[in-house]
Amino acid sequence: MRVWPEASMRVWPEASMRVELAVNGRSIAVEVEPRTTLLGCIRDDVGLKGAHAGCEHGVCGACTILLDGEPVRSCLMLAVQADGHAITTIEGLSPGPGELSVLQDAFCETHGLQCGYCTPGMILAAHALLARTLTPTRADIVEAISANLCRCTGYGQIVEAIALAAERLRAANKGPGG
Amino acid sequence: MKPVAFDYARPASVREACAMLADDADARILAGGQSLIPMLAMRLARPSRLVDIARIPELSHIEDAGTHLAVGAATRQAIAERDPLVARKAPLLAKALPWVGHAPTRNRGTVGGSIANGDPAAEIPLVAVTLEATLVVATTQGTRELAAAAFHLGPMLTALPEGGVLTAVRFPVWTGERIGTGFQEVAARRSDFALAAAAAQVALDGQGRCIALAVGIGGACATPVRLDAAGAALIGRPLEEAAVREAVEAATAGLETLRDHHASAAYRRRVAATLARRAILEARDEAAAGGGLNARLAGGQHARLAGGQHAR
Repeated sequence: MRVWPEASMRVWPEASMRVELAVNGRSIAVEVEPRTTLLGCIRDDVGLKGAHAGCEHGVCGACTILLDGEPVRSCLMLAVQADGHAITTIEGLSPGPGELSVLQDAFCETHGLQCGYCTPGMILAAHALLARTLTPTRADIVEAISANLCRCTGYGQIVEAIALAAERLRAANKGPGG
Repeated sequence: MKPVAFDYARPASVREACAMLADDADARILAGGQSLIPMLAMRLARPSRLVDIARIPELSHIEDAGTHLAVGAATRQAIAERDPLVARKAPLLAKALPWVGHAPTRNRGTVGGSIANGDPAAEIPLVAVTLEATLVVATTQGTRELAAAAFHLGPMLTALPEGGVLTAVRFPVWTGERIGTGFQEVAARRSDFALAAAAAQVALDGQGRCIALAVGIGGACATPVRLDAAGAALIGRPLEEAAVREAVEAATAGLETLRDHHASAAYRRRVAATLARRAILEARDEAAAGGGLNARLAGGQHARLAGGQHAR
């Protein structure tokens, strides 16, 4: 995290402010109005549409991204607050063009998604869990996705998907990032 | 874009933040933003300027100051939740933190922000009032200290002076071998706002008699309420369930409780009294077992699940 020098006393007017982000490992600078949410910035300025705009006031979790590896709601942050931080979106989890991560693959296999709207947020929340532990209990998995709403699956197959991915990663002796 | 347009300022020190707030009457403080940004999105808040205090180094710290644990106001809830010093010195705060919002909001939300926001259902203000924490507030005139109970005036209404910045929360440290804590909450859904919650911290002597008791309820009234009468009635006694029940019911009988679409005033009073009793008994059992730290370290993140099932 960057800390501004003492006595900077910076005030950015509503016009625009330069924000530097590391999105999925790539450094990028954007000019945003202070009122732009991080979600809006990622979708409209960075151009990655994987973070979904659901409720846009912090209830549904569809906009979940990883900020410095931790899940946060991108609709509950301003882009200017994320200045200097590392962002991971669902687009950053794929190991290569046209490929799926172990976790994404497990969601397909167990039918862990139907409409797909909550899926990026669910997968990122699960990714953060599996980065912490590859031996999560069912309670750990339920807790990890408790901030994300799904209106299709009833959650059962999502929990199964995460357990399956954990099992495969354990067997392969790998983290969720491969 | 949903919020109205505003200026954004990022002061490097508390002194600068106070100057920026004094400079503009419609400026508001932005810390973690987990309550303010939804208000902006719904245009219920229309500030002219946001003063972002999250990067001010002096506001993010957790320090053992002997008689109290000082937690910087912009310390993120997730940091405090994982901090071993918080677990040892302010175990009631450690036990309450997993109930605050959910993990993604705790990754951004701050300890001081939750207090300054003044939501009557919030867990951190409940802990601050229960333990009689001291709040440190800075303005351009200097700093002053306020008792947590005097800070909370009503729903979303606090004694934070105009242009003031909450800089730190000082949680009193209890010393002794046999200290236990209890935290209980009932909400409509997991992670939802508390319809009622209760927090308790107990110290026992070698014979199992209560030598200190702090108990408070949240969500039930316009502000968190410390049940001093229950504490006074139970000091020197062994905290048997019947005595605890009687003391808590007497202490909550006269309280003016909130009512809304979700719960009547009578329901909130009844649930708050029940949760206060359970919190005291939970704290008693933990204290009798030699304090909660070992149990918490072993239980880890399952503490919350166990608590939730117990409350229902």
